[in-house]
Amino acid sequence: MSQAPAMSEAPAMSEFEALERALMEVPAAEADLPLPELEAAATSAGLLDVAYATFDSPVGRLLLATTPEGLVRLAYVDDEEQEDSVLAQLAAKVSPRILAAPRKLDRPRHELDEYFAGARRRFDAPLDWRLTRGFGRRVLEATARIPFGSSSTYLQVASEAGSPRGSRAAGNALGANPLPIIVPCHRVLHSTGGLGGYTGGLERKRLLLAIESGQETLSVG
Amino acid sequence: MTLPPFQHLLDAHGRDVHRFLVASVGRHDADDCFQETWLAALRAYPGLRDAANLRSWVLTIAHRKAIDHLRSRTRVAVPVADVPETAGPVPATADGELWGHVRELPRKQRTALALRYVADAPYTEISAVMGTSEDAARRNVHEGLKRLRLEYQP
Repeated sequence: MSQAPAMSEAPAMSEFEALERALMEVPAAEADLPLPELEAAATSAGLLDVAYATFDSPVGRLLLATTPEGLVRLAYVDDEEQEDSVLAQLAAKVSPRILAAPRKLDRPRHELDEYFAGARRRFDAPLDWRLTRGFGRRVLEATARIPFGSSSTYLQVASEAGSPRGSRAAGNALGANPLPIIVPCHRVLHSTGGLGGYTGGLERKRLLLAIESGQETLSVG
Repeated sequence: MTLPPFQHLLDAHGRDVHRFLVASVGRHDADDCFQETWLAALRAYPGLRDAANLRSWVLTIAHRKAIDHLRSRTRVAVPVADVPETAGPVPATADGELWGHVRELPRKQRTALALRYVADAPYTEISAVMGTSEDAARRNVHEGLKRLRLEYQP
């Protein structure tokens, strides 16, 4: 038997071996051809439901996702597994028509860069709130109104959301915040003065509060 | 049913689809066909019922786009009612003589060879994409190789 080229099935027609090998060599030479971009065509066809990008920030790797309406998700993604699970969640809850399209995230990304550099106190990019609902949304809306550099409590945002005794539920809603940093759940603390919790880990919460108190200026790296 | 994010399909199969199209319609037109293929896939994607074999699904769309493309090119070049079996004039490509010869084979043989040697498709997949039996897929590959060998010595 002659040596068969590596294929998903052993070729039965060894009489054509040289020809088969030559046929397989050409595509290998084309491995470096750039693949055409889909972003522009998908956008003008109205088929790009979710565009996303990942990038490094002073608080770790972030994933940003936007719909045509606005920013729908910001997530801390420390590894590929987390990234995949955020994307799977978006596919299930928003639309599976998801493409990596970094240019669509230029604006919020730029605002975040400015924020981390201490040059921005609030975010102006439009938001898409569709991943929130009911009481949770009202809690997050109350949280979005907490000004830069100040803080609130679980009790207070729960009251503002219409449920003065719902501080635990408010904590859950903040833990499920689809837009951390932008909707500043890091500014919500325990009434006793404790830090409380944070989706991205308490270290990040401390860092964000430090940036806002001017104790820390951060650069990527 | 939960479908994976579309970007995952593109990452996993974009390269094979592009190579298949380069082999089918030539490098010059492959990019247009590639865009048309993935836009059609993106349009149909949320309504997809069976996510079991997404690669074959996208290759099937690419195959159809390649056929459409070759037909319209033939119509433009030679205004006759019958669509010739072959791909018409071989476009100038940098991918050598061999695939130029492949593109002159009858359409089914050409497609089968492209799927087999460019997209590394097993015969089950070739038959699924081309809508033929597995025996017919084998035959198309075999006949294509036989004919190609008469015209080309590697």
